[in-house]
Parts: sequence; C-alpha cells; structure tokens
Amino acid sequence: MDLAALMLADSRFPGGGHVHSGGLEEAVARKAVTDLPSLHRFLIGRLRTAGALGAVFAAAATRGRFAELDVELDARTPSPAQRAASRMQGRGIARAARKAWPSETLAELLRTTPEPHHPIIVGALVGEPRAAAQVVAYHSVTGPATGAIRLLGLDPFGVNAIIARLAPDLESVVAQAEKDADTAPADLPAPSAPGLDLLAEAHDRHHREEVRLFVS
Amino acid sequence: MSADHVHPVNFDPTDPGHDPHDHDHHHGAVRIGIGGPVGSGKTALTAALCRALGDSVNLAVVTNDIYTTEDADFLRKSGVLDVDRIEAVQTGACPHTAIRDDITANLDAVERLEHRFPGLELVIIESGGDNLTAVFSRGLVERQIFVVDVAGGDKVPRKGGPGVTTADLLVINKTDLAPMVGADLVVMTADAHRMRGELPVISQSLVETPDAPAVAEWVRAQLRTLATVR
Repeated sequence: MDLAALMLADSRFPGGGHVHSGGLEEAVARKAVTDLPSLHRFLIGRLRTAGALGAVFAAAATRGRFAELDVELDARTPSPAQRAASRMQGRGIARAARKAWPSETLAELLRTTPEPHHPIIVGALVGEPRAAAQVVAYHSVTGPATGAIRLLGLDPFGVNAIIARLAPDLESVVAQAEKDADTAPADLPAPSAPGLDLLAEAHDRHHREEVRLFVS
Repeated sequence: MSADHVHPVNFDPTDPGHDPHDHDHHHGAVRIGIGGPVGSGKTALTAALCRALGDSVNLAVVTNDIYTTEDADFLRKSGVLDVDRIEAVQTGACPHTAIRDDITANLDAVERLEHRFPGLELVIIESGGDNLTAVFSRGLVERQIFVVDVAGGDKVPRKGGPGVTTADLLVINKTDLAPMVGADLVVMTADAHRMRGELPVISQSLVETPDAPAVAEWVRAQLRTLATVR
C-alpha cells in the first residue's frame, strides 16, 4: 500500500471525516446500537452495502471516467443526505489533496466535479484499484466505530477487536471491487441498504428538530 | 503563538538551503477565534463584539457547539447579527479536533460566509467549550482569544496550558463575580501576566461593560494590523 493510501486511511488525515458517523449516531438515538454486539452487526451491514458500493467506485475511479462515475454513484445513492455527506467529504479531501498531491488527474477530477464523491476522489488519488477499495471499505466502518466510542463510551479495545474481526468481510468486499475496476460505469454493481438510507434521512431531519453531534 | 520572527533552525543535513518562507497568502476575511472552557462566556463575548463592531465592520460568526445549537440560537435571537451571518458547524463530539486537528468543517463554513457576503472583513469563530489545551490551528484563524472566568477558580491562569499561555489575547471574564466566588483577581491577573510574558490580558465584566470595549478595541487593532499585512 503506498503512502497516499495510508495517509487517506489514517484517522488523523485532515479531510473532514471526523464529523461523519455513517448513520451510527441515528442508530444510537433509536437504540438500534447499544453495545459491542449490536455495533458489530451494524458494521458488518454497513461494510457489505455502503462499504461495498464505495469500494467498487473507488476501484473504478482509478481508471478515470470521472463524469460517468459521478452520475452513476448518484443514481446508486438514493438518500439526498448521503449524497451530500459523500460530496462534503470529497470536497474536504480535495482541499487537503491540492496541497499534498497536486496532479493533472486531480485537476481533471475537480474540473469535472468540483465537489467529487468521497470514493471517486480516493480512487483518483490512490490510483491502484485494490488499495483504493481498501481505503474506502475501511473508512465505511471506522467512522461509525469511533462514533460509537464517543457516543456510547464503549470500550475502545473491544471496538478495535471488532474491526479486526471484519478482516474476511473486508477482503471479500475489496476482491469484488478489484474485479470491477474496468467494468463500464453503468454496469457496476449497486449494493444498497434501505435501513442506512432511512437512518441518514432521519438524522438530517432530526438535526433540524433537536440535536445531532455529527453531520451524518 | 505570536508570529515573532526567529532565525529558522535547519534539521535537514541534505538541504541545499533555500528560503523557507512558503506561506499561503489568505485573502478573504480576517478570522479571529474565541476559545475557552465551557461557561466561561465565549458566546456572550461574541455577541458583545457583534454589537460593538457590527455597524462599522462587515462581519459574520461561525459557532462550534458541542451538543446543541444553543450558541447559534442565542446569537440569532439576541438580534446582534443578521441570522444569515451565523453558521453553526457540527464537530462530531470532538470540539478541539474541529478547530485544531481537522479544520475542514470550519473552513467550509468560512467559505460559505465569504461567498454569501462578498467583501466580508471579519469572521469570528467561536469554539465549543473545551479544556485548557484547546487552541485554534493557525490554518483556521489568524488571531485567537482565550476566555476564562473568575468563577472557574483563580488557579486557572496558573494552571496554564496552551490556551492560557499562547493565545494572542487572554480575557478574564465575569470579574463582577469575584467577591461571590472567593476568587482573588489580583492573583489571577498576576498569574496570567507571569504565564504569558508580553502577551496581553484583559479583565472584564459584561455586566458592567456589556459591549466589551477593551476587547473590541483589541479586535479593531488586529484588523488594522492584518489589513496592512495583506
């Protein structure tokens, strides 16, 4: 894995990811996640749906075709709140990337889509399908996992062990994404999780009514 | 954290030696951060500055609430500023990360305000209440004010931490409460000056001077200085 991929995967990377919980905050508010076992189930579900979709698009974005991928990922993300969260994180990564990794590829991506989707800019920056898919699949679970530590006060060693136990699921998601790197954008898979879509929309609604600590 | 010029020390033996000044010049509004512990009076000071400066300075505010939109709501309801000029960001349960380690959400908010109000001169960024180590990144603000209050105990300045020792201005707030909470203002002020060397300290009570005249004058001086630098 090259340095750019390691930096992007690092929770210390200043790309704005720390304010997103991937639906976990709303799940906690509804008592759907309360402890380590329920967090584990949430993370597996997120990894195999939203994580798999992001990984596929990150791998595909290593081959360019940014405009097509952008609309295809929009079409596979029915929740407006999730589309907004993905673009907000993509924009945050872009701000850091313009300084860290200026390149013609990045310039082309930002000309095509000034607010790129998170998986697509990761693919553009990492450039290698497997590593790009790993970063995005990993991101899909680390945000909610640290969110659970902050919101529920869960044991960090327990949460860390849960992430480690996701290795086989992560590998199968990444392997599928690698296979699809050269697939035409319109033919890419579209794994979905209506539950996560609904949580994202509810989070957005509730933020206007009461209080949410995270943006998504 | 004042920008005193010192000769750079080079730790890189392979460096051929070139000018290390590689600064980005930021051309938008001047950005001033207000940080400090929970309940020290950050929002009240922000509101006071809006009242004192709002007529003469084109300004806007970003709030970083920890758990509520209380601060933004308070500012909106207090009528000190047009509601469009107040942006609230969510900090993901980590207020110091949002002002120091990953300033993305705050920069997004500043850029939204600059886009909405061309010619914006000043953005006040109010931190969520945090601990004595929580300071703003220089990538987010050009000057920062750290607010402590006498009710938090007169030992706070001597405890130090980056907020007390390095902020461009330390404000000791709620001085009117000192007799009620048994805080010794003389000790507090002396400790503050001892910890901060040449850096300024202002003691104030917004009960006695609701428009924070001394802090407002300090802010105006910073605006003049920074405007000539740009």
